[in-house]
Amino acid sequence: MTTNVRTREGGPVKHRSASRRSHGEAPFRIVSTAAGIILLAIMAAIAVFLISEAIPALRANEANFFTERTWDPNSQQVFGIAALAFGTVFSSALALVIATPIAVGVALFISHYAPRRLAAPLGYLIDLLAAVPSVVYGLWGVAFLVPLLRTPSQWLNENLGWFPLFAGEGIVGGKTMLAGAIVLAIMILPIIAAISREVFLQAPKMNEEAALALGATRWEMIKMAVLPFGRPGVISAAMLGLGRAMGETIAVALIFPATFDITFEILTPHANSIAANIANGFGEANNIGRGALIASGLVLFVITLLVNMAARMIINRRKEYARAGA
Amino acid sequence: MTTIQHISTSRRIKDRVVQGLVYLAFAAAVVPLVSVLWLVISNGLARFDLEFLTHSMNGIGARDAHGGAYHAIIGTLTQVLLAGVISVPIGLFTAIYLVEYGNNGRLSRAISFFVDVMTGIPSVVAGLFVFAFWILFLGFEYSGWAGALALSILMMPTVVRSAEEMLRLVPNDLREASYALGVAKWRTIVKVVLPTAFTGIVTGVMLAVARVAGETAPLLMTVFFTNSINHDPFSGPQMGLPLFVFDQAARPNDTAVDRAWTGALTLILIVMLLNLVARLIAWWRSPARAR
Repeated sequence: MTTNVRTREGGPVKHRSASRRSHGEAPFRIVSTAAGIILLAIMAAIAVFLISEAIPALRANEANFFTERTWDPNSQQVFGIAALAFGTVFSSALALVIATPIAVGVALFISHYAPRRLAAPLGYLIDLLAAVPSVVYGLWGVAFLVPLLRTPSQWLNENLGWFPLFAGEGIVGGKTMLAGAIVLAIMILPIIAAISREVFLQAPKMNEEAALALGATRWEMIKMAVLPFGRPGVISAAMLGLGRAMGETIAVALIFPATFDITFEILTPHANSIAANIANGFGEANNIGRGALIASGLVLFVITLLVNMAARMIINRRKEYARAGA
Repeated sequence: MTTIQHISTSRRIKDRVVQGLVYLAFAAAVVPLVSVLWLVISNGLARFDLEFLTHSMNGIGARDAHGGAYHAIIGTLTQVLLAGVISVPIGLFTAIYLVEYGNNGRLSRAISFFVDVMTGIPSVVAGLFVFAFWILFLGFEYSGWAGALALSILMMPTVVRSAEEMLRLVPNDLREASYALGVAKWRTIVKVVLPTAFTGIVTGVMLAVARVAGETAPLLMTVFFTNSINHDPFSGPQMGLPLFVFDQAARPNDTAVDRAWTGALTLILIVMLLNLVARLIAWWRSPARAR
């Protein structure tokens, strides 16, 4: 919306300021451009050094890196990403499904439902959730959430065991995918909520008042005037959350039991992720082991890249849609 | 009058249900916060004393009580400050480039795309990169500076994205009014656009700081563990507070776990203080107050 306006009107404006001799214009522009280029250079360096450090280990690998499930690069040089990559994607998707509706509700609560005087302090309260470091969530997860979930997990398994997510036999509860996903959801919730809230607050007041003046209820006003305006912002917020969930390391490193299998059972202690495996394995890794972990980091990097690209496409399409509808 | 105000029952019920759900969502978000803070405070207060804040772990035996996190606290403050010094200027100028100068050209689109990619960089990958580049390739030692490098990579995209979002929300009318008065573009940015977006940018930087101050994973591979005080971030291992918590929590005895909880409490207090300062700055400079 804004870009169109700017390119159309930016032309003559730029021309005018260029014709007027303005000191500082050129340096300011150069510094801004250089900052952007530095960012690109860092990204290139990350890709180059991850690849160059991963290659020796991948050469030494005796299994297929993409289909092998076990991870034993230090003694046998047999390692593969299959189970770890699945765990990363699955746990993050679960976390996003749990967190997004709650976060949007929280954002709406603060922007449109809470008493105006309380809105700012309550928003600060949610921001505090983001201020809690991941290592603390890890401690909390192990010390509090894992024991808390044991009974409900067993109940779900006994009564709703036909549902694939709640299936599984043997030990139920403990350090499960569910516990990790809940902790991840709590960690990404404040990010999604904070950005959604900012966007909801920026929704045009005129439209909101117009909707209310036409007799809309509060929900109808939000549905017509706030949510369409905020949708791209909410999606980009969810994208940031997903990125963080996939890369979240220490909390899940403490909670996930470091198994190497692919299962949708979220109530049994079978869970791991690429990031958790790196944190748990880095200390005792030898040269090949470190190379293997860097290779897995590269895969994590590529997965997050794909997710971001997909999210970006959704946002762009929504923007065009919103522009066409306006 | 009554006919105008009449709202059908189904619409009213729907409105009430959504209101209930919104309140419920807020409650669901607050419950874990209260639970985490309660556990951290109740478990952390036991060792939250002057000794903890002014002593390191140097010479503390495996089972001894005592000891503290002074070395980790100064490490974290130094590393976060250095990370901010690196990433805030780069991030802010990149956002200015994207919004004001990029004109949606090829470079601008490439930068915008890679900022998105960078947003998705997992903290542990940033740590692996600095380990591979700074320590393995360039041959430098583990140091607080290496940790700051890793943290700054994590901060940059957050700063760019939030600053960009806020700059884009500045109404074009303001820019055009400034141009119409004959003000040069860069002065318009500095005097009109940035002050208008200031509050939002500070909030974004605050969230970025909150994110990196508690990061443990990138520190694992860059600053290394140490029990002693190191004021110099450019040479030798320097502890970080999140790493201190992780390290102490992994030890089997209660005295260490007590220190972990107290470390967690200290870390949360530091981050909260940073947030509070940012809020005060934002409030002090907000356009609404000047009006």
